[in-house]
Amino acid sequence: MSATLEPTADGAALPEERSFVIDLPAYAGPLDLLLALIRDEKVDIYDIPIAHIAKQFLVRIRQLQLNDAAEYLELAARLLRIKAQMLLPRHGPEETWEDPRAELVRRLLEYQQMREVVDILERRGDERRSRFGRAFLPESVEPVAAPLALSLGELLAAVDRILRVTKEPTVHTVVARALDVPGAIAYVRRILGERKRTRLMELLAADAEPWQVISMLLALLELAKQGELRLVQPRPFASVDIADHDPAGQAA
Amino acid sequence: MIPLAKLLEAALFASPRPIPTDELAALAPEASKAEVAAALDGLREHYDVDGHGVELVEMAGGWQILTRPEYTEAIERAQLAARPQRLSAASLETLAIIAYRQPIGRGEIEEIRGVSVGSILKSLHERGLIEVVGRAEGLGRPLLYATTPLFLEQFALRHLEELPRADELAIALRPAPQPL
Repeated sequence: MSATLEPTADGAALPEERSFVIDLPAYAGPLDLLLALIRDEKVDIYDIPIAHIAKQFLVRIRQLQLNDAAEYLELAARLLRIKAQMLLPRHGPEETWEDPRAELVRRLLEYQQMREVVDILERRGDERRSRFGRAFLPESVEPVAAPLALSLGELLAAVDRILRVTKEPTVHTVVARALDVPGAIAYVRRILGERKRTRLMELLAADAEPWQVISMLLALLELAKQGELRLVQPRPFASVDIADHDPAGQAA
Repeated sequence: MIPLAKLLEAALFASPRPIPTDELAALAPEASKAEVAAALDGLREHYDVDGHGVELVEMAGGWQILTRPEYTEAIERAQLAARPQRLSAASLETLAIIAYRQPIGRGEIEEIRGVSVGSILKSLHERGLIEVVGRAEGLGRPLLYATTPLFLEQFALRHLEELPRADELAIALRPAPQPL
């Protein structure tokens, strides 16, 4: 019998990687294996022949290729330690001698108790699982893999439909157009040299292209920043008044 | 059937989960608790005696209408519903320990099972079968786990006390009582 690896939610087990043992179908853990041994060998749990059971345990984990599963090895080591303790000469009166197996027996009993609860839960769970509630949504049901029922004609018609629906993509040609801010600045300076006031709408030709509008705007902002002119917009969306920056004239 | 039983039946039919008894009672404020209990018993009997394909099951502190097991296979074959997956032996062991020892920390569970249970606790938590109910005092203040109402529901338990008492278990392995 070989240990089969079950993939878990945490990641699929690698079939070649024997050191990565997660769950074995036969045993839920080292205590489970030990209990099975005790049952198979028909020994008294209160008087476990430790030397024999320890040997059998090691044989089993080797058969199951569990010899590098730490939890099984730990119990194997514990069994060997108890075996060694049993061999030590007993000092003092018999009553004060503490059976080195006592702790192991306590753990086995506790584990066995829990196994009985597992049997109950398994039964109750199966009973519940075999009854459906209304719109009972099981947590993880694989969708049923149904074969695709489709004729060649239907498939071609579907492809044709998709091709017809798909339009030619709209392609915009983006042409980089350099702004001419210095040119606009020179233009504004020239206008303001002729008259003290003007308006944005007057500076722009009626058919001005976007790049010209933006160049003009940047030119005005630049000149305002440098203090060469003042920009005044009395109301939102009103025309922008442009005045030559002349504090004396303003005061007048 | 009395009108109260019909009302309860309609509510139970509409719900995909067990309806707690007090919520059923709230449906008919004029009826007493005893009357609601009697109506539920009547409804259950009605399904049992007259031979219906469904039955009324009491679990997790509530009631739910479920199909009878003899029709499970036919329903599954027709792909109308599917049984949820069985829990693994390792998950069941962990659940059993938590059910009896709750609130319990991870270390204690691992000591009883003899294996580490980190990923199992995570998956039980994700399935909503256990929840964190606090932290233990002491080193590292480990998280304490307990079972949820969904646990009772998935194992058709009315309450936790329906499981046998701990001292009723593992009798076969117990030594004969010492004569005094």
